[in-house]
Amino acid sequence: MMTIKDLVNSKELFVSGHRSCAGCGFPLIVRTVLAAAKKQVVASVATGCLEVTSTIYPYTNWNIPLIHSAFENSAATMTGIVHAYNSLKRKGKVKDDAKFVVFGGDGGTYDIGLQALSGALERKEDFVYVCYDNEAYMNTGIQRSGATPKGAYTTTTPAGKLEFRKDLAKIVIAHDINYVATASPHNFMDLALKAEKAFNTKGPSVLIVLSPCPLGWGSKTEESIKIAKLAVETNFWPIYEYENKKYTLNFDSEKRKPVEEFLATQGRFKHLLTPENKTVLDEIQKNIDERFLELKKLCQNK
Amino acid sequence: MKIELTGAQAASYAMMQINPDVVSAFPITPQTDIMKEYALYVRDKKVDTEFLLMESEHSALSALVGASSSGARAMTTTSSAGLAYMFEILGVASGHRLPIVMNIVNRALSGPINIHCDHSDSMACRDSGWIQLYCENSQEVYDQTLIALRLAESVSIPAMVMQDGFICSHCFQNMEVLADKEAKKFIGEYKPKYSLLDFKKCVTAGPLQLTDYYFETKKQLSLEMNNVLDSYNKIAKEYELLSKRKYAPVEDYKLKDADYVIVALNSVCGLIKDCVDELRDKKIKAGLLKIRAFRPFPYELVSKALKNAKRIVVLDRSESLGANAPLFSEIKNSVNNDELVEGCVYGLGGRDIFKEHVMELFSNMAKGKKVSRFINSR
Repeated sequence: MMTIKDLVNSKELFVSGHRSCAGCGFPLIVRTVLAAAKKQVVASVATGCLEVTSTIYPYTNWNIPLIHSAFENSAATMTGIVHAYNSLKRKGKVKDDAKFVVFGGDGGTYDIGLQALSGALERKEDFVYVCYDNEAYMNTGIQRSGATPKGAYTTTTPAGKLEFRKDLAKIVIAHDINYVATASPHNFMDLALKAEKAFNTKGPSVLIVLSPCPLGWGSKTEESIKIAKLAVETNFWPIYEYENKKYTLNFDSEKRKPVEEFLATQGRFKHLLTPENKTVLDEIQKNIDERFLELKKLCQNK
Repeated sequence: MKIELTGAQAASYAMMQINPDVVSAFPITPQTDIMKEYALYVRDKKVDTEFLLMESEHSALSALVGASSSGARAMTTTSSAGLAYMFEILGVASGHRLPIVMNIVNRALSGPINIHCDHSDSMACRDSGWIQLYCENSQEVYDQTLIALRLAESVSIPAMVMQDGFICSHCFQNMEVLADKEAKKFIGEYKPKYSLLDFKKCVTAGPLQLTDYYFETKKQLSLEMNNVLDSYNKIAKEYELLSKRKYAPVEDYKLKDADYVIVALNSVCGLIKDCVDELRDKKIKAGLLKIRAFRPFPYELVSKALKNAKRIVVLDRSESLGANAPLFSEIKNSVNNDELVEGCVYGLGGRDIFKEHVMELFSNMAKGKKVSRFINSR
């Protein structure tokens, strides 16, 4: 099992110099996940902030082989890489043992890339899929996605999103795969251990990681980690694992914080805290509590 | 070796001899026979390909982008809507200079939905940076698939090999194939320049190129396209020594002294050849120019082949709505006097074209009459 020392001493595979915003969540997520691979690792990245800030030709931030092909096809692209590896390894043309990881944003995962992801999970392709979830299409300038929470302002939901988000974890778990986890960058050791488990899982595994986005969330750049922590402490973003058909809750406080504490840190939710929107706020709190209860029940069924 | 194969089987047979590292597929009529045949080769262990049955054509080609970027020899096959669905990734494959080879069984695009042959699918992709080779029959499908693989790998540009849906794909032809050993020797071993699986030389494939580099990347591809026909000729020459079958980017049929010429591609060329033979017996100087390489387009060869023609009719099995049809447009661009050239559209959605239609075209040319823009339509 990985220790914090391993994490600190690991070789940097995603190096500095990238052009993501101050306070962006995904550099930390990518570095932590790659540190857990331990073997040679090949990555595929969907079109999105991560790709456009780290592969600006003729520069690259990736100290590993990386491919970007398109927005919706990262899981399919990786399918081809894994099978090329199987074939060339069998023929002795590739010697190294390797691991494979896909990084996609919520748009590239929940929405436009869902078909390719579902296909790969159903075929039981052997790679790790990491969704860095900043809850909207941020690369194109903050538009609503299937992951945008109810009530959130985006440029295409200027009055706040009307619907609750999709539950991606439930969708991927329905594919009967061996390992699924949600995580938050504030608890990077938890994320590292989950990534390690994901890499050691035979067949596909999926990590869904909250990725704070100061620009899209209207939050202070220095508060990203604090906000991620609040997301977990309010049960807005429960962190849990689904491992060989068993659910485990990784954080459960006796007294969850009210969701206002999380919402108040971000401009995208500002309008929800006014008296006239109290009913929406109540709906959001109710939804969080119901979903958490459902999750707790799953975790008790051991 | 003599063998009887449909066009679909001929494509699959060539793929079997190539034995690519990775083959991906998604079912669509009328291509499905190719993947069905290939599944049997996989089952019977005639190949050791990783055979990927993807959840869409978009993913089928995307998987090959991954596989080819990893140094694998990679092939797929599709038709119609499948090719249209791949459209976005066609440009990725050519832009990344991946020598993927794809057999296309031509079928009309929707809508209305139609499963029969026309060329609206592959013609819609003519500017996607892929080499396009069109085939008359099963024999050519087999030969051009082998040649296309060598060609794609020699210039690092993907290639598609076309055949007519049902007319070619589902009809048997007595044909010749190379022995497996000979075919494998001709194909040789693929040595990729870069691979995602080369951990000593890590590459970032598919980076973001903005105003400062994108243009040069596309320019390189454009310039390399100019070398494709020379490479084709070299590889075809090598293939001729092995197979005794001679191929060029265009095929002349009784063209040298022909006054009246039809220009066409794919299966209709068989019918036109019959008509030419009959007219020649009547001392009418009819001829056919069959276009094999549509991308890159062999302007000089076409210009030379048509220089003595008195009248030229170009047959297109697809439209470029609101403009000249694709082949017609290229032929007009190739000849000195484009007033000699007329264009006709035939066979959309699988509508038959019969001998009487072709004969009428030749007769109108001989009589100095204009030809109608649409053949066998109401």
